[in-house]
Amino acid sequence: MHQNSTTDFSLRRLFYNQEVRSVAIQILTLAVICYLVFSIGQNMIVNLAAIGKDISMDFLWVPAGYDITFQPFVDYGPTDTHFRAAMVGLSNTLLVAVTGIILATILGFILGVMRLSNNFLVSKLSQIFIDFTRNVPVLLHIFFIYGIIINLLPVPKKAESIGGVFFMTNRGIFAPAPTLDKGYEFVVAAFLVAIAACFVLARWAKKRQMKTGQIFPVFWTCLGLIIALPLLTNMMIGGAIGVEIPKLKGFNFKGGLILRPEYVALWFALSYYTASFIAEIVRGGILAIHKGQKEAAHALGISPNRTLRLVIIPQALPLIIPPIASNYLNLTKNSSLAIAIGYFDIVATLGGISLMQTGKEVETMSLVLLTYLCLSLIISAAMNFLNHRVALKAR
Amino acid sequence: MKKVYFAFAGLAAAALVSTAQAGTLEDVKSNGEVKCVFSTGLAGFAFPDDKGNWTGFDVDFCRATAAAVLGDAQKIGPVPATTQNRFTVLNAGEADVLWRNTTITFSRDVGVKLTFLGVNYYDGQGFMAKKSLGISSALELDGASVCIQTGTTTELNLADYFRANNMTYEAVPVADSAEARECYNSGRGDVLTTDASALSSQRAAMENPDDHMVLPEIISKEPLGPAVRQGDDEWADIVRWVLYATITAEELGITQANVNTIGATTNNPEIKRFLGLEGNQGAELGLSADWAKNIIAQVGNYGEIFERNIGVNTPLGIGRGVNALWTDGGLQYSPPFR
Repeated sequence: MHQNSTTDFSLRRLFYNQEVRSVAIQILTLAVICYLVFSIGQNMIVNLAAIGKDISMDFLWVPAGYDITFQPFVDYGPTDTHFRAAMVGLSNTLLVAVTGIILATILGFILGVMRLSNNFLVSKLSQIFIDFTRNVPVLLHIFFIYGIIINLLPVPKKAESIGGVFFMTNRGIFAPAPTLDKGYEFVVAAFLVAIAACFVLARWAKKRQMKTGQIFPVFWTCLGLIIALPLLTNMMIGGAIGVEIPKLKGFNFKGGLILRPEYVALWFALSYYTASFIAEIVRGGILAIHKGQKEAAHALGISPNRTLRLVIIPQALPLIIPPIASNYLNLTKNSSLAIAIGYFDIVATLGGISLMQTGKEVETMSLVLLTYLCLSLIISAAMNFLNHRVALKAR
Repeated sequence: MKKVYFAFAGLAAAALVSTAQAGTLEDVKSNGEVKCVFSTGLAGFAFPDDKGNWTGFDVDFCRATAAAVLGDAQKIGPVPATTQNRFTVLNAGEADVLWRNTTITFSRDVGVKLTFLGVNYYDGQGFMAKKSLGISSALELDGASVCIQTGTTTELNLADYFRANNMTYEAVPVADSAEARECYNSGRGDVLTTDASALSSQRAAMENPDDHMVLPEIISKEPLGPAVRQGDDEWADIVRWVLYATITAEELGITQANVNTIGATTNNPEIKRFLGLEGNQGAELGLSADWAKNIIAQVGNYGEIFERNIGVNTPLGIGRGVNALWTDGGLQYSPPFR
């Protein structure tokens, strides 16, 4: 009797103990989640086995049999494997993600600063653009740009030419391509020398500014150097690097560089869509800096341009970078909409044509999922690193 | 995007629907409708008319299935699917049978785990071009841009054909037949390639069909036919013999007009078996005795289905060609009802 009541008492105490309860609930939740995940996986495997499908990655090494039109980085033909096709897709995803992130960042900063301009027209135009862009789904932007390109630009036979070297068609924008003849190594070397010279120049200019307060126009000098030095070398050797101008041959232009409409539409739509979000983040970041900072810089006689560049932005960056990182992730993930306009990204190749030709839904989709997961984690890690670098150092 | 969504839906469904395996017939009877995978819209084969009713060659075969199983050709549940998600939809149990101009291939039969049940249309891949392009043969297509529906056998045939003939091309992949038309009409692609029957359908849907021509080359064999999930032989038998019933009826001269009277006047035992007046073929299939009679009365025989939807007197204007009965020099041939 006595014994019994003690157990009862301690059990009750245990039941009402907050810590014990919280741990118990967590264990229970975890168990339920584990069970759900397990039973879904188990169910899938059992059901797939029931229709005679087993999970296997062997299909990756079988010839894919289909063509991929857009393959700037990985050489691929229909006799290559599904794995190689997936690599082409991955490189195309990376291309549109990286170039998209670059353009979105540039556009975003410009739009964000424009939005804060004292000029009424500039600020309003920026606001209208941002509001329009942000409030329409990105898929529609992609269709919109793609529709403009393929419906408004002429077919190759009636191509719109710019100076006889650039051709605008609904099959893409054709540009002259550099051709490498004998002695092109010297031109490349001259280019590298120019870049090295710029670094030296920048260090020297900084030192001089520290010492004398005089400012040297590093940017413009370097730009001139990087363009002029390789050009001069090229002329001296006698044209080691020439240009190949695209020519209409049969149905399409041959030779030169080509920007395909699918890529242009996806890249541009993703960029300006993401840029409109970045613009608002930039605006918020700049507004968050106390206006005393601006006034102090002004009082010291620093020009508004330099105030923005040297005083405001460096302080705003730690506020801006984390939300921008999530926009970079969104852009990368949104690039999977490529399939809607027939751009060969990882979803269109591995998760699309390969899936259809092999019937391996589970395997291909899992690989595509993992790919995006890895890409996102890499971007996050890179942005975290950047965030640490620009974090305000307390002195 | 669409594809990803459906692939996930398919995965989720495959994971959660436990046993949609055996017993499709019972499922169909308890649902009161036959759920068929159709094209998302291909004139003549499967498309919703202005009142929203699905009509077309493939739709009629779905109706024939419903007439046989449920005794009512109207009891169909359309499940429109693109070329990319059609098998996923079927395998995940969202539909009972696929009547969707789908080519029978080894990898689909064996790898995708479908059971194909015969050929309701013998087809081949061709090209359509604008007459203004001034070409007369597919061999003149070197360097052309080609609009192509992704996830199809045509994609592989195209790669093979151009490689075999030492030609290059630019593939412009699209998701469905409407996008294919957009690709072709905007001039993004020089030619459109798909099965010749679908080309006729696309051509009929153009503003000026006479401005476009189907090039003479047929570059592949495309036997189109119905498919069901592997592993339910009872249901597979039913769909197979629905197809054969339409062909046999044409061969025996049983039409929508005479199906109710021919039984009384004929002495042909095969016709009597077919109509359920002798023997118990219906019961052996798990269906009513007049299952085949219902098909012909409510939908018609193979020739009637063909002529009504895609024949020479329709906008598609396709001749019977290889799809004529074997007795007329074609390939359509049904095993006997015995």
